[in-house]
Amino acid sequence: MTRLLEVRDLRVQFRTRDGIAEAVGGVSYGVDAGRTLAVLGESGSGKSVTAQAVMGILDSPPGRITGGEVLFRGRDLLTMRAEQRRRIRGAAMAMIFQDALSALNPVITVGAQLAEMYEVHRGMSRGDAQRRAVELMDRVRIPAAGQRAGDYPHQFSGGMRQRIMIAMAMALEPDLIIADEPTTALDVTVQAQVMDLLAELRREYAMGLVLITHDLGVVADVADTIAVMYAGRIVETAPVRDLYRRPAHPYTRGLLDSVPRVDHGGGQARRGHADHGRHGGHESHGVHGAHRGGKLYAIRGAPPSPLTMPSGCPFHPRCPRAQEVCRVERPPLYEVTTDAGTDAVANTGADTESGIGSGIGSDGRTSACHFWKEELHA
Amino acid sequence: MPDRMPDPDGPVLEVRDLAKLYPLTQGVVFKRRTGAVRAVDTVSFALRRGETLGIVGESGCGKSTVARLLVSLERPTAGTIHYRGEDITRLSGRALRAVRRNIQMVFQDPYTSLNPRMTVGDIVAEPFEIHPEATPNGNRRRAVQDLLDVVGLNPEHINRYPHQFSGGQRQRIGIARGLALRPEVIVADEPVSALDVSVQAQVINLMESLQDEFNLSYIFIAHDLSVVRHISNRVAVMYLGRIAETGTGPEIYDHPTHPYTQALLSAVPVPDPDPEPESREPRTRILLTGDVPSPANPPSGCRFRTRCWKAQDRCAVEVPVLAVPTGLAGPGAHASACHFAEERAEVRE
Repeated sequence: MTRLLEVRDLRVQFRTRDGIAEAVGGVSYGVDAGRTLAVLGESGSGKSVTAQAVMGILDSPPGRITGGEVLFRGRDLLTMRAEQRRRIRGAAMAMIFQDALSALNPVITVGAQLAEMYEVHRGMSRGDAQRRAVELMDRVRIPAAGQRAGDYPHQFSGGMRQRIMIAMAMALEPDLIIADEPTTALDVTVQAQVMDLLAELRREYAMGLVLITHDLGVVADVADTIAVMYAGRIVETAPVRDLYRRPAHPYTRGLLDSVPRVDHGGGQARRGHADHGRHGGHESHGVHGAHRGGKLYAIRGAPPSPLTMPSGCPFHPRCPRAQEVCRVERPPLYEVTTDAGTDAVANTGADTESGIGSGIGSDGRTSACHFWKEELHA
Repeated sequence: MPDRMPDPDGPVLEVRDLAKLYPLTQGVVFKRRTGAVRAVDTVSFALRRGETLGIVGESGCGKSTVARLLVSLERPTAGTIHYRGEDITRLSGRALRAVRRNIQMVFQDPYTSLNPRMTVGDIVAEPFEIHPEATPNGNRRRAVQDLLDVVGLNPEHINRYPHQFSGGQRQRIGIARGLALRPEVIVADEPVSALDVSVQAQVINLMESLQDEFNLSYIFIAHDLSVVRHISNRVAVMYLGRIAETGTGPEIYDHPTHPYTQALLSAVPVPDPDPEPESREPRTRILLTGDVPSPANPPSGCRFRTRCWKAQDRCAVEVPVLAVPTGLAGPGAHASACHFAEERAEVRE
């Protein structure tokens, strides 16, 4: 079966004054129709650059795709003619950006901006297109859509503007939507509204969704699969539940352990790190006590600059598990195998290394860590 | 965690009925006042020695204005701020400067709050220029290096410029500057919001250990409810310029009684696909409709009533007082500004 979108070994470089920076160093991921893939990473991890390369909106120069394939329904977008690609990009794949105010044209009413989609791609008359635009605004639950179609972007609140961006992406009923931090600029109550809308539309139209975010919380609710990126590479891919319950990469575990949680008091290292069981008891706390939380687990150091990538595993200078091999040998994407059931003990004797470099493992898990087995069983 | 006993001598900071109005004007030459944005409206709270008061709320709720009022960057329209029993809102000149020494601020954006043309040493030493009386005798450079060391930076980097540091390190520089005068109170406005998750934890830990070391009192302002829960002893939830609810962390997070707090908490995504597998009920979400009304034209009575599912006629006419509601006991009995305050059965841990 061909996947809706499959990215294979994508590489992107930026030419800078200080040298060549490899922002994306061989990224592979895929998403099927009706599913959500979350790409999780911190700033500079290459998650947005990957998406821009997929969409074909990479700023080049200075950016340059130096290798890999981007297969949309089995056809490589990187090798097809620009004209052909533009047709696919307009109608079959769309993108939602973080900052709606700068993504929308400030001097054209939102109704006209939405209608333009139908005029250009569907050849509708202006009147028909206007009517469709209002329907669309109604669909993303903008109150009094008929009147508000004549307003300009700055007259809408942040949440409403994000709905308009979603409407614009949805206008031609694409097969794939790439959403780059769609709710990062929004308040939590509005964020919840927008994420719900996005999930609802994805279900209704059976679209594939690539959700790019740095927020571990947002991802947990909506994603089917998560790809964690670090320093321009994917370090772990897993179904959402497995990733949160039993991460197979020290970076993923570090991230999970370093966020305080709203549903837990205390905040003591909940999972224990590296050498403790993950299901160590939660800190109990007195209901009346005015206690502050304890020390959070913190990943030491800071992410590397793409100009000075560490040797071997790019995470090794910050990794509690790092050994000599991590300094010299870059870990391939190992296929992660566990016995049936996510909480079962994995078969440590199995010849798991055979999956090296083969993209995504049988139960959809990969990890770029030499010691993924130890991490999984920690 | 060491138990932080509040100082019996009373609060370090006490804020009463604080209000800040920003006038709205029309016209260029003949300015006419057409109204006012009520950014902060009758806010009262107290900060005890060595404790952290977290202030949470969505954008536009007035939390940053409160911060600016506390450090006297703005003058309040009404109300008082007592520092050690003295009202600082009326002070000026030398007296104000003396107070400011003890109430320092850490800003959100570590990129714009540090002067790019100054070395780290000069940035951290600048408070000494303004307050020469607080300068450690003799070796100023040594004092700065000690400060850098305290916040976890290499003291030898004293001659570097801000752009040579990462976001997390810059925030440490901002904290070192805030600490320079050995203040009693630090007002931190979204100090970790601009940082990546893995670096955020480092800075939170730093702030906690500095608090223990120097017995600091923090006003910690943030929109991230999880971070505030973690670092705070007590929490105040703000909505449209007023405090909706205030209490200890567990009181607010596990037993909220104000509908806004309940909705806000239910909307926070939890980094766990099925939290608490042993819990009997799933987390139920309250989805608020609409946006926050404009503070230039806030709703009458209760400010939250336009988005509240409990709202009745009474809410439009009568402003709910921030007080412990009658009829509530246990952890639910904390100050809540709602006529119909009650715990939600589903929201529990």
